[in-house]
Amino acid sequence: MTTASNKPLLTIKGLTAMAGELEILKGIDLEVFPGEVHAIMGPNGSGKSTLANVLAGRPDYTVTGGTVLFEGQDILKLEPEIRARMGLFLAFQYPLELPGVRAWQFLKAGVDAKRVHNGEEEMSAREFDQMLKAKVAEVQIDPDLVKRAVNEGFSGGEKKRNEILQMAVLEPKLALLDETDSGLDIDALRIVSDGVNLLRSPENAVILVTHYQRILNYITPNYVHVLYDGCIVQSGGPELAHELEEKGYDWIKDAVDAAV
Amino acid sequence: MTSAPAKHAHYFADFQSLVQGPGTDAPAWLRDLRDNAWSKFSDTGFPTARRGNERWKYTNVGPIAKIDFSLAGQPISANGSKALVPDYKVPGTAVFDLVYVDGHYLAEMSSPSTSSDGVTVANLASATGDNSSPIEAQLGRLAPPDNDGFAALNTAFLHDGAYVYVADGHTEKMTVRISYITSHDADTKVTYPRTLIVAGRNTDITVVESYTGPTDIVYFTNAVTEIAVGEGARIDHYRLLLEGNKGFHVGTTRVNQEKDSSFNSASFALGTSLARNDMEVLLYAPGAYCSLNGLYLTADNQHIDNLISIDHAKPYGTSRLNYKGILDGRSRAVFGGEVIVRRDAQKSDAEQTDKNLVLSKQSEVDSKPSLLIYADDVKCSHGATAGHIDADTLFYLRSRGLDLDAASRMLVHAFASEIIDSVKLEPLREYLDTLFTAAIPDKSLPVSNLK
Repeated sequence: MTTASNKPLLTIKGLTAMAGELEILKGIDLEVFPGEVHAIMGPNGSGKSTLANVLAGRPDYTVTGGTVLFEGQDILKLEPEIRARMGLFLAFQYPLELPGVRAWQFLKAGVDAKRVHNGEEEMSAREFDQMLKAKVAEVQIDPDLVKRAVNEGFSGGEKKRNEILQMAVLEPKLALLDETDSGLDIDALRIVSDGVNLLRSPENAVILVTHYQRILNYITPNYVHVLYDGCIVQSGGPELAHELEEKGYDWIKDAVDAAV
Repeated sequence: MTSAPAKHAHYFADFQSLVQGPGTDAPAWLRDLRDNAWSKFSDTGFPTARRGNERWKYTNVGPIAKIDFSLAGQPISANGSKALVPDYKVPGTAVFDLVYVDGHYLAEMSSPSTSSDGVTVANLASATGDNSSPIEAQLGRLAPPDNDGFAALNTAFLHDGAYVYVADGHTEKMTVRISYITSHDADTKVTYPRTLIVAGRNTDITVVESYTGPTDIVYFTNAVTEIAVGEGARIDHYRLLLEGNKGFHVGTTRVNQEKDSSFNSASFALGTSLARNDMEVLLYAPGAYCSLNGLYLTADNQHIDNLISIDHAKPYGTSRLNYKGILDGRSRAVFGGEVIVRRDAQKSDAEQTDKNLVLSKQSEVDSKPSLLIYADDVKCSHGATAGHIDADTLFYLRSRGLDLDAASRMLVHAFASEIIDSVKLEPLREYLDTLFTAAIPDKSLPVSNLK
């Protein structure tokens, strides 16, 4: 399905980052073209989530080296909201509850911020209403969830589905899914996967961070990368995920540790 | 009357002018009430934090005591004050307004009801002449001048005020707006708003009490409100403390609830240099329910003190106390919540919380919720929190494209909305939402990085 244009959407070179005093990312290189889905896998503590969060601009991490180009522009110094408006989206591993913030208000603020950034006018309430209704139907989320405060009292599965709705509404060029599959039962996993597949297009790309191979039964990646101790130690096609499923991560660890 | 202590000389002079002047027309019982209150005030004076006075531990009323506030006179022109009446329209016909400027009843802006069907909404001065009214029996009963200098001083100057009376069984819903306005003429003046609400059996009323004033003068509002909620009656009560930035406000509210009655209150405070909201609700008979909500937003050097007490005297009472504060600048908030469950009050159900959102490093909260339980079969809880905007939550909003300022404002507004949404009167809810949204500080805020 690769209809990759020859211009990369994302180019990561030699990226290193710390959380507090701890070095987590130790030199990441990755190139993502439009239309591609990359799965980033790895054992706990390997730096998968850190990579997704550093790309989105979470202030908890300090980038110590390397470059990240998004559509050719260096984004490492940009505020997270600017990256979001440029078309980067992070689906959170643990989406936060926002009591008192209505989903409608929250999503419209995001959509308007992006439109203003792109020199467009804010959406009228009516236009937004219609768009939101269509997206709700498209990703098959319970319409009642949109009427409530964002994620307040939602189950784990509902929160993840809500992330997919937000992604659908904000129409990012690059979606970073941070362990969106964790904690989901099989039905929720299918709905989330369907949502991601629905939003796949030749123009956008997905980076899927996951611990388990399970979600890759529903979303077929173009590439699978294995992250270990802050570095990508192996890259391959979808078959690499199956190999990991069979053998676990230990053989990767052993191979890397033996090489040191 | 013997001579007053010299330190309250100007209050005494004003008191003398009142009782020898316009106050001479008052019935004997009211004159006695005033005299008694004056002697109580001259004994107690203004409260101090000395000798473990827990009720005033964190609030120094020195700034009020040291200014010689004199009694506000008749305003020269009420026209300028019209803009200070909270601007929202309540639909329907059963809506009554009582408007006071500098403590003086303003008939032209009021719409009283003195109909014969058992509803009286009027100024106290016009109603006290009526011998059959329950005013004599009720006034000063729930808020006696004993041990409370401010209530005593208010009572000593009792001359006019607002009176709402709904007879037993008058079940038609009605709304009363009582607006106490301080005008530009009242620089360094004091007013003593006095409100008496008597809701008979199975009645259903909404009362909005508001206090407003100009931002550029120093003045003092010393208000007392007494509310008697009859058996099976329901009162929705809103208290809007929206004084000017240099204004002082001490408000005393005393509520008595009969069997199976319901009292739903929401207090809003904004502006005001030094504010005290002292509210006591007595669940006097079985099965009474009260919910007391509050929202305060302070900035600059403002100080607010909420002292809220609920007394479960009889069984099967339910109380919900939920106050929220937003603090900025070098402001300070004091919250004292006290829930008492008496020995007779089995099966009581009480919850109280005070949550504070601290937006600046220099602001301070002293929150002290307390529970005194003398019954053994009760359900009670209490809690208090103070914290910054959560850093992870802020990042969540920013990751969707909202800048720091918009994200902060959205979260502060969300924090406040729980209390604003408790307002059932829709035009008032929208008015307050606009008012508080506009008051949210416009700057980047410190966030908590604690996990």
